Amino acid sequence: MPAPTQPLQIPSPRTQELAPDAIKFEDVALAFEDKPVLDGISFRLSHGETKALFGVAGSGKSTILKMALGLVQPDSGRIYVLGEEVTQMSEQALFDLRRRIGMVFQESALFDSLTVRENVAFRLIEEGNIGEEEIERRVREALSFVELERTVDMFPAELSGGMRRRVAIARAIISQPEILLYDSPTGGLDPVTSTTIIELIVKQRDVYKTSSLLVSHRLQDAFIMATHYFDRQANQMKTLPTGAHGEVPMTFLILRDGKVIFDGDLDELAHSKDEYIREYIA
Amino acid sequence: MAAGDFEVQLISPAEFAKEKVKAVQDYALLVGRSLANLFRRPLYVTDMVQQADLIGVGSLPIVILTGAFTGAVLALNSASTLSRFGSLTLIAQLVSVGMVTELGPVITGLMVAGRNASGMASELGSMTVTEQIDAMRALGTDPTKKLVTPRLVATVIMLFFLTIISDLLGLVGGNMVSALILGLDSRQYWTSAWQSLVWRDVTTGLLKPVLFGFVISTVGCYFGMSTRGGTQGVGRSTTQAVVVASVMILVVDFFVTKLLITLLGYR
Repeated sequence: MPAPTQPLQIPSPRTQELAPDAIKFEDVALAFEDKPVLDGISFRLSHGETKALFGVAGSGKSTILKMALGLVQPDSGRIYVLGEEVTQMSEQALFDLRRRIGMVFQESALFDSLTVRENVAFRLIEEGNIGEEEIERRVREALSFVELERTVDMFPAELSGGMRRRVAIARAIISQPEILLYDSPTGGLDPVTSTTIIELIVKQRDVYKTSSLLVSHRLQDAFIMATHYFDRQANQMKTLPTGAHGEVPMTFLILRDGKVIFDGDLDELAHSKDEYIREYIA
Repeated sequence: MAAGDFEVQLISPAEFAKEKVKAVQDYALLVGRSLANLFRRPLYVTDMVQQADLIGVGSLPIVILTGAFTGAVLALNSASTLSRFGSLTLIAQLVSVGMVTELGPVITGLMVAGRNASGMASELGSMTVTEQIDAMRALGTDPTKKLVTPRLVATVIMLFFLTIISDLLGLVGGNMVSALILGLDSRQYWTSAWQSLVWRDVTTGLLKPVLFGFVISTVGCYFGMSTRGGTQGVGRSTTQAVVVASVMILVVDFFVTKLLITLLGYR
């Protein structure tokens, strides 16, 4: 993979000082039509950390991501994102905060009437103060990161599922976000394409060190992320030596019946005595 | 449940009423936000022009056809009644006042509702069920500002001009019938049609499309943005948008006519 021409911005030390956590959930609860989905969820995502969220289908994983963006409001509890309390913000104020966050949706959610170029450039065009040449340069850069430069004039319907997911990643990273949210980025993809997507996420994590929250059904994806690193010299993902930890902290969070039953790193997960977790990772 | 069976879900009257009240509340919120967006930047002028082209130019052929044939059939139908009283020369007045105050705005409104309220509901509905609306919000763009307000502005402006075209074509249709079938003088027709119109007729006829345009765009966008349940939901929203917009046009037409009669009096 070609190395990116210009590193994306890392949150300034001042921002980190003011907001020790990229995301913080405090006792968050939500019910849909009187059916509890999340019940007292609390966790933190530190700056530069990558956290993988697991749980069975319908356990509220995607809802957690939407809550972090303020797309869904909880019934109770507090959510802090980049030091701001999302649960107290107006929709108008949320738009400003969302510009600092990148999100990759489950089914990519690319705008089907726009070309790949327009999709990736959407956020920059909306800002309204960036020149066309600069937009073109950054679109090329983001697409080159996901190795899809050749698709710039194509429409989403002309792309495969894996390509659409990669364009969605390019769209999420183009504005150099401080947080990245991935909603099942490998869902519905074949194993080879899934590995390509995970390699891109590992590359994003290790090169730009953006705080990330990743929802997945596939435990093996998170294990690959925890046991591999991106070698910039070789320009590929490599396995970490046994017992070694990556440069970027990687943690796991498991949900069950609307509650957090595990929040820790790979070692803690592997040594968990909880029967459900042992069965889950088996 | 056996394969092929289907379950009918019954909801309590209280739940039904709650749902309807919530729908009205959501619609009012959407309308409020889309109007407030007119005073907030950015204005998305390019999107407005694009929508104006789609709604205005795209609807032109059906508006021309329906306007012309409505005027023609109005002349044809009233000819037998008027000739019974020996007042066939009043046909121009009848077509003129009928088209400008009532049929022009209503027929054009219904045609545009059928074509564009459905288009808006299906387009925005597809975007909603494929998470494109959520993606837009996640990218920091207000979908009401980007998608609803341009459609609202474009529909109101274009329906205003489409109604004028429909009125004119209706008069032309009436003229064709009166000249070619009834053998009346064209010059007399146009003079009579022009002189019979008073400012109250023109005000009524041009206020209605503004209100109808508002109804068509907000109803179409509301049903699109509130779509649930995949492709089946998109189909349902599209049908509902056309039905509700058409009924609302006729309801609004009645109340506006009554209000204007109360305010301005009969001709």
